[in-house]
Amino acid sequence: MLFRYLFILLILLPVKTFALIEVDITRGNLNPLPIAVSPLSIDEESKNNFEKILKKTNLGSEISIVVENNLKQTGLFNPLNKDAFLQKPDIANLKPRFEDWNLIKAQALVTGKVTFIDEKLRVEFRLWDVLAGKEMMALAFTTVPSNWRRVGHIITDKVYERLTGEKGYFDTRIIYVSEEGPKTNRVKKLAIMDQDGFNNKFLTLGNELVLTPRFSPTNQMVTYLSYFRNLPRVYLLDIETGMQEVVGDFPGMTFAPRFSPDGKKIIMSFAKDGNSDIYTMDLENRIVERITNHPSIDTSPSYSPDGKYITFNSDRSKYQQIYVMKSNGKDVKRISFGNGLYGTPVWSPRGDLIAFTKLHKGKFYIGVMRPDGSGERLLTENFYQEAPSWSPNGRVLIFYRETKTNSKGEGFSAKLWSIDLTGYNERMVKTITDASDPSWSSLLGN
Amino acid sequence: MNLSKILKNGFIILIASLVLTACATQKKATGPSGQMQGDVYTGSDTIKELASGVPDRVFFATNETVLTTASRETLRKQATWLRKNSDINVVLEGHADERGTREYNLALGERRANSAKDYLMTYGISSNRISVLSYGKEKPVDSGSNPLGWSKNRRSVTVKAN
Repeated sequence: MLFRYLFILLILLPVKTFALIEVDITRGNLNPLPIAVSPLSIDEESKNNFEKILKKTNLGSEISIVVENNLKQTGLFNPLNKDAFLQKPDIANLKPRFEDWNLIKAQALVTGKVTFIDEKLRVEFRLWDVLAGKEMMALAFTTVPSNWRRVGHIITDKVYERLTGEKGYFDTRIIYVSEEGPKTNRVKKLAIMDQDGFNNKFLTLGNELVLTPRFSPTNQMVTYLSYFRNLPRVYLLDIETGMQEVVGDFPGMTFAPRFSPDGKKIIMSFAKDGNSDIYTMDLENRIVERITNHPSIDTSPSYSPDGKYITFNSDRSKYQQIYVMKSNGKDVKRISFGNGLYGTPVWSPRGDLIAFTKLHKGKFYIGVMRPDGSGERLLTENFYQEAPSWSPNGRVLIFYRETKTNSKGEGFSAKLWSIDLTGYNERMVKTITDASDPSWSSLLGN
Repeated sequence: MNLSKILKNGFIILIASLVLTACATQKKATGPSGQMQGDVYTGSDTIKELASGVPDRVFFATNETVLTTASRETLRKQATWLRKNSDINVVLEGHADERGTREYNLALGERRANSAKDYLMTYGISSNRISVLSYGKEKPVDSGSNPLGWSKNRRSVTVKAN
């Protein structure tokens, strides 16, 4: 398993709540909720122990910074400057003086405590409604100290869920393609990092071209395209063991892979004699099934979350458009009818929308439409961008964007960006190298 | 009288604008420094030779996989050379420009290389001497984000396999 260390999660106090604070995430939020994230309190002995193990002088304050940054990135919250805090972390966690927090205009407050117990990291935290003067939530858990950043992400998930009513997406990872070198000779490697850009790790060495990695639903496996020995084929990689294998035995290029929602199949394109069609392979019994059979290019397949439908990209009407069919390949329907070309359809984990890339009049857009093709909405326009991937709660899209080079061919870069479904809160996602083809994991789970 | 004058003038303006439009389209069609026809590359910048007088690559219009007259001529030369050198096998590497989504471009590159393969086969080259490899938009020869650069990148390149 990817994460061997179990989190022990227990609810300290069953709090009957009637939320006074609520954050509406269905619209662009122009008034982010002022929230105070107090440094988690820590006793001297624990502090020294964690410093020895993790080289962090104050783990309580480090974890609160993780939470604060996460909340800030959502655009829904405005974490207040810690210099203005009047109350000490230990006292605030016991019983906040709400007048003090009210004074600095905080509407919500996060407090907590970090302890070193039996070589483990024990964290408790509380979420307070400042105006109502009430505790909204209290949780505690224990894990290995090296998991401390995940602790910050899990706290954020709980706070986000409590205040917005939606699951969070902070205890997640991004797999992507790291890029280096000149545009005409790029070196590409698979890389994985936490959602906030930390704990970056390269999974391949860059000896062969790799493209389009995608997580399995359990986050343990990745499927991607590799040009190993100059044979472009879909591969499967176990992140934990590093084991790699070719998917299927196709006499030609296989590409554009994704997992089925139950993780049992890989769906992909197979190209032969100038024609690309969609196939699936069952990972248990290795049975290959042909899903489309059409002389046009059929590619970029993506299952609906219930596994009953597939959306894909085809040029059967001359140019690239988006189609939906039953998972057995029957009842093919075109759903994109706007001006321009449409590609890279990907079904939202909520099932209600399909995200896509659109090319129109020399501009690239990331947009969404309903699975019947209605309600098309373009979220962002740029010189070049494509390949959206959904956050596990279906509220945020991550994609990549490339810059236009000048007349000498200079100035090329590729970066990851994210944007809310509302079209607001567009942000560059920091990566240590240039990056493309991001895929968002599901919640790593407790 | 007045009206007919207006109509007459209007007509002249209309003709003038048609001529202007025609000029504009024609100018556009030849492309920057005369190296493109439509948007197909017709220059010689990036081309290498498989043998003397045998160019190694053919170029395509945007989103197209159809061979142009010039491309067919190049491939006939390649076929003649391949017939004379029956011990040589080739890989046809298909490419797309950067103005398309990655996965679709992989399929497009495969289709372009197969257009070239089919043509070589009609000129008597056995399919088991030809393999096909698509790079999509992954291996541009020109890094310019402009129509001329893109036209050089939309290509199928014949490479000796042995």
